[in-house]
Amino acid sequence: MISFESVGVRYAGRARPVLNGVDLTIPEGEFCLVVGATGSGKSTLLGAVNGLVPHFTGGTLSGRVRVHGRDTRTHPPRELADLVGVVGQDPRSSFIADIVEDELAYTMESLALPRDVMRRRIEDMLDLLSLAELRDRPVASLSAGQAQRVAIGAVLTAHPKILVLDEPTSALDPAAAEEVLAVLQRLVHDNGLTVLLAEHRLERVLHYADSVIWVPGHGAPVVYGDPAEVIALAPVYPSVIGLARLAGWDPVPLSVRDARRRSAHLRASLPAHPVRPGEAGDGGAVIARTAKLRVRFGDVEALDGVDLSLRQGQIVAVMGRNGAGKSTLLSCLVGLIKPTTGKVRLGAGAGRDPRAIPPRGLIHEVGMVPQQASDLLYAETVARECSAADRESGAPQGTCATLLADIAGDVEPEMHPRDLSEGQRLAVALAVILITSPRLVLLDEPTRGLDYPAKARLVSTLRRMAEGGQAIVLATHDVELAAEVADRTIVLADGRVVADGPSREVVTHSPVFAPQVAKVLSPLPYLTVADVSRSLAGGR
Amino acid sequence: MARARYVHPVAWWIWALCLAWAAMRTTNILLLLTITAVASYVVGARRSRAVWGNSFRLLLLFGAVTVFLSVLLQVVLGTRVGGHSLLVLPRWNLPSWTAGLSVGGDVTAEALLASLTSGLRLAVLIACFGAANSLAHPGRLLKLVPGALYELGVAVVVAMTFIPQLTESIGRVHRALRLRGRTATGWRGLHAMVVPILEEALDSAISLAASMDSRGYGRTAAVPAAFRRTTNAVLLLGLGGALVGSYFVVDPNADHRFGTAALVAGTLVASAAGTLAGRRVHRTKYRRDPWAAAEWLTVGTGALVVAGYLLGHPNPSVALVLQWPTLPVLPFAATLLAGLAGVLTPPPYPRAYRARAPRVAEVAR
Repeated sequence: MISFESVGVRYAGRARPVLNGVDLTIPEGEFCLVVGATGSGKSTLLGAVNGLVPHFTGGTLSGRVRVHGRDTRTHPPRELADLVGVVGQDPRSSFIADIVEDELAYTMESLALPRDVMRRRIEDMLDLLSLAELRDRPVASLSAGQAQRVAIGAVLTAHPKILVLDEPTSALDPAAAEEVLAVLQRLVHDNGLTVLLAEHRLERVLHYADSVIWVPGHGAPVVYGDPAEVIALAPVYPSVIGLARLAGWDPVPLSVRDARRRSAHLRASLPAHPVRPGEAGDGGAVIARTAKLRVRFGDVEALDGVDLSLRQGQIVAVMGRNGAGKSTLLSCLVGLIKPTTGKVRLGAGAGRDPRAIPPRGLIHEVGMVPQQASDLLYAETVARECSAADRESGAPQGTCATLLADIAGDVEPEMHPRDLSEGQRLAVALAVILITSPRLVLLDEPTRGLDYPAKARLVSTLRRMAEGGQAIVLATHDVELAAEVADRTIVLADGRVVADGPSREVVTHSPVFAPQVAKVLSPLPYLTVADVSRSLAGGR
Repeated sequence: MARARYVHPVAWWIWALCLAWAAMRTTNILLLLTITAVASYVVGARRSRAVWGNSFRLLLLFGAVTVFLSVLLQVVLGTRVGGHSLLVLPRWNLPSWTAGLSVGGDVTAEALLASLTSGLRLAVLIACFGAANSLAHPGRLLKLVPGALYELGVAVVVAMTFIPQLTESIGRVHRALRLRGRTATGWRGLHAMVVPILEEALDSAISLAASMDSRGYGRTAAVPAAFRRTTNAVLLLGLGGALVGSYFVVDPNADHRFGTAALVAGTLVASAAGTLAGRRVHRTKYRRDPWAAAEWLTVGTGALVVAGYLLGHPNPSVALVLQWPTLPVLPFAATLLAGLAGVLTPPPYPRAYRARAPRVAEVAR
């Protein structure tokens, strides 16, 4: 169905090719997962399938990519539209029409299908993807999960043979992600669709895959094969694999279900309570609190009576579906949004309203890295960004660069922030915010687009910050991150706090928010592979 | 009231062009303000809540800046006209080839009025453009562009989504700036705002264009490149002719016969080239944009403005005279009637939906 024959891709001005000597053939009806670190060339590989690389992105393609017998050299993306459906990283930026129904029709219109065929296919698609209620809705009003389904539907109406998706679940909450993946699974099984999908959150997709392509990056040869075999080689793996490696299971189970069937012995040998190194407990003094906080946008109740207090040295994960009010809560804490009623107070005692503190003073109290971390950056190079941050915050020159080195290791100072990997860009934004050592640090969706090594660095940075007495709040969909780093988890639903307590209790009690290890070892209260390995070592 | 739908984009453009034409015909400040008010009202009532409906406010602001700059320029540098002197600045005459320009000098109330009026006319013109942009659906407008003119079509869509995208990013970057403890003032503040905003607007425009391409936009049924290029050239030539012609039509001091001829000839050439190119492209439409009563009404109210301005006397030859302008009844009433387009046309799709993810129970089903 898709064949790459010694394909290489090189962009102008880059010393090394992104892809080099890629040879693989993906048969029809396969669910193929593409894994690799950020910036390793996953998106380039996906883009080459329908000719967006190099027809649209520029660069030089060597070798030959053939899709169902059509060569992408002679067929630009528009000539492959009937064969390959592409859903990009941000579905909203790919919407062309503004009403769901028109968006679904767009590709068919380009393919000049007769109107009665379009009618029929749109009805089918509305049913298949459960979009019937949304048909008249403006695409701008869709939630992230709905937008993702509409984007998939919009390319499927053309009845392509291949569907290419770039990180389809990275912006979705666990339930919405599950739903999108279930749809894909059904299409592969019922319609013989070939799916090629890149994803960082392997714990969500690995068990669906028939095959895995590992892109090691730097032009090293890609590895293609059976999921269990390839993932055993790759340095990126979900925690269920980590658990399997620890327990020495072979072959490696890919799903929670498989792992659970193997884990009877492990469960029996683990102590009833995990050995956890010095838990933060209740934390220190209260440094921020909200009282009866309500925020209303038009007729939408974004936050509805939230009472919280945040303590020194605590790492708090705020979870909940898309649109539950996580970002609004963070924005209130930093004073970007004015509460409709209720109070936000920073500092001990009576505290101060963040909106009453001028920006220059506020950055010493509270810092926030927004969802799009690059919004914070504007200089042409990392070095200039750092020195500007030093100057503005009145810190001695070099402070920011030192912080950055602590967080991210070596970052090329002459690089443009745009050209950095997702993880490095987050690190620069974090360094810029941390330079004033605010007592409260807020991160909105920090692991979106991060690979496992970058995530591990983030986790250790956050731990160090918490040990230094800073309080950290993460708004996240990443259950593994929450399990690994958070002392306390708050679950929001429709602007209300529905759960608030130690992470161990909150996440193990919810099937949606439980990390893989918790699911495998339930009912034992273990959350991470580290928990298990420490307990095994301690128990011996 | 009719079921919510979008009024045909061409109807909105014609309506806006009628208002713009009226603005070029008058120097009466009251009439100019009436046009702006009517355009704002209709935009407020009928603009789409989608992202491209947001550009009007930004363009209005841009228009205000235009007025301000126009007056400022007149004070600092301008042709000196006699009259009631308000302010005397040290004067420095420029060489004679600048046709009487000078730096500083006698700033008269008459000169200020003239520059205010011309600035305002420009601002109203921009507002009319903004109104058309917010009211007319760019995607549906694009469907009218022949598919063979692929590059042109992509350029138009990218350009049209650029401004609305800009307004959305400005808000976010402004907030991010605050997070770094800065205020958006001064050269540095401006730089800090402009760089991320432009980058993002460009990025999203490009990803939109990529999405259009991979979804088959501009698929051509084997049109030879030479043929396509020739058609493009002829079309651009035609459009250029029409543009020059419309300039002459709008300019009250120019020869209207030449303008009309160029406009008609240019339009004919352009549509011939478009049709020729379009014949080779296969494309179907899922929804026909109906041209029904609402469209006739929209165009009709626009035509009413034109009629009102032709029959009445909207251009008192007293632009340089300091007196409170009279309000010519016919043009004024016609302009007000154009506001009916905001009442009698069907509303666009509902204002806001609550975006919410499906519940877990729905997922299981």
